[in-house]
Amino acid sequence: MLYDIFIDPFVQMYDMPDFFLQVLWEGFVAGILYALIALGFVLIFKASGVFNFAQGIMVVFAGLTLVGLNENGVPAYLALILTIGVMGVLAYGVERVVMRPLVNQPDIILLMATIGLTYFLVGFGEFVFGGEPKQMITEQLGLPTGSTAFEIGERGLVILQHIDIAAAVIAVLMVAALGIFFNKTRIGRALRAVADDHQAALSVGISLNQIWAIVWFAAGLVALATGIMWGARSDVSFALEIVAFKALPVLILGGFTSIPGAIVGGLIIGFGEKIGELYWGGLVGGGIESWLAYIIALVFLLFRPQGLFGERIIERI
Amino acid sequence: MNAIVKEKAVAPEPAAETAKREVLLKVDNVSLSFGGVKAITDISFDIQKGEIRAIIGPNGAGKTSMLNVINGFYHPQEGTITWQGKVRRKMKPYEAASNGIARTFQNVALFKGMTTLDNIMSGRSLKMHRNFFWQLLWHGPAANEEIEHRKKVEEIIDFLEIQAIRKTPVGKLPYGLQKRVELGRALAMEPDLLLLDEPMAGMNLEEKEDMSRFIVDVNQEFGTTIALIEHDMGVVMDLSDRVVVLDYGKKIADGPPEEVQANQDVIDAYLGVSH
Repeated sequence: MLYDIFIDPFVQMYDMPDFFLQVLWEGFVAGILYALIALGFVLIFKASGVFNFAQGIMVVFAGLTLVGLNENGVPAYLALILTIGVMGVLAYGVERVVMRPLVNQPDIILLMATIGLTYFLVGFGEFVFGGEPKQMITEQLGLPTGSTAFEIGERGLVILQHIDIAAAVIAVLMVAALGIFFNKTRIGRALRAVADDHQAALSVGISLNQIWAIVWFAAGLVALATGIMWGARSDVSFALEIVAFKALPVLILGGFTSIPGAIVGGLIIGFGEKIGELYWGGLVGGGIESWLAYIIALVFLLFRPQGLFGERIIERI
Repeated sequence: MNAIVKEKAVAPEPAAETAKREVLLKVDNVSLSFGGVKAITDISFDIQKGEIRAIIGPNGAGKTSMLNVINGFYHPQEGTITWQGKVRRKMKPYEAASNGIARTFQNVALFKGMTTLDNIMSGRSLKMHRNFFWQLLWHGPAANEEIEHRKKVEEIIDFLEIQAIRKTPVGKLPYGLQKRVELGRALAMEPDLLLLDEPMAGMNLEEKEDMSRFIVDVNQEFGTTIALIEHDMGVVMDLSDRVVVLDYGKKIADGPPEEVQANQDVIDAYLGVSH
């Protein structure tokens, strides 16, 4: 038993390096995708101090809008632009109808509002686009679909899907852009101010409405990118909404307020999950991928409740 | 500190000899109610440029509601507010801020996770005008602008003598210092009218003396008009040029401190004579 836990997996890693590399790559890609979704949560959390329940459904909604428009004869790139527009309208609508009436309310009220928004988007999405899964328009968008095999050693083989590479590149670009936007502009400081104290932010002349609209739009763009990438790997369906909650352990690891944290947290969860499943999963009958992330996060919570990069929680008593 | 003084050398006349000063803010017949509860009933008064105006009254008299009306958190159901000679329409708090009204809060509303420096910098957010694309590049005019604002903020930090806590997250600071940082953030807005909601609540004698000194200095050196709510009568009588007294949402007295002090209605209100 001890041999199976502590020695055998490492022997396997050593014996079959190509398989190990493949697992690492899978873990990396999964991590990037988790990071993307976590990024959306981080944006909203930074600006309003709430966990945005609706982020998962926004991913689905963005993906469905894109595919749905294309199905109705809109060329892929135009559909992409229109979808960005739709996410903008959604952001404005959320600010106007959901956030604005709730200024100065406790965080829990805002949290409930995002749950309400989730159900609205589920219903509205099904009403407009129907409930069945759709194929992502990967090729029409000019995203690569092939795969490249690398030979490792004498008979080893590692296969990289091009779409996964594209996902990684897009994720990195997105993170860089958001990082610069929030760290180098006055909007970044305003954002933290808004998250910290609504009244005080208003009193120094920060417009909550404007900041919220901007942040929800940014979260919408992240959701769209996530929807495209995830959709390309499986389907665009409402099931994605559930997967999106994998972002929760990622956020616990990385910290709810940190963009780099989302990335690092995503990667840790991605690697941990895949390696855990393939090398240790057999010991308990497999299928640990779906809950291992939460265990990792729980253990982490014991030591760093604010996450790896989160803002320190200060409470004076 | 010298730099601020020079820049703002509007040299307001000594408070005593100002018979007729320009009216900065005028409140006319303002009433405010929440549902059936009347918070403010038909109140009129004015705030003159360059003065320190105190609003006093027992708990629940409507003082904070009055400040909230002035800075746009609440919109009165009746009455008008005239700001710098113009009748003000319904105004949002951030619009009030960009019109030159800054404030502090009764229960300290700071950005607790941010440092003192960042908190005070946030008071400059309205003054930063450079296109954010420049800020993205962190370069050229935007960088110069940031440096300029930093300078201003450092002057305020010097003025308030809080150099030692520049980099401390404000959530960690003791209450008295938090109040001072909050004042700093309001000052960073270079306001025409500064609203202070109980700036000395919960302070010890020494802290109160410091805070009083800062308030007087702000008023005299920068020429900033100040409206303050305060319970410490000694402080109010020392600092203010004119006092308006509220009780149960109504104005019961208005005038120079000595006069108000002698007013029978005021004495009754504070002694709790039955209504």
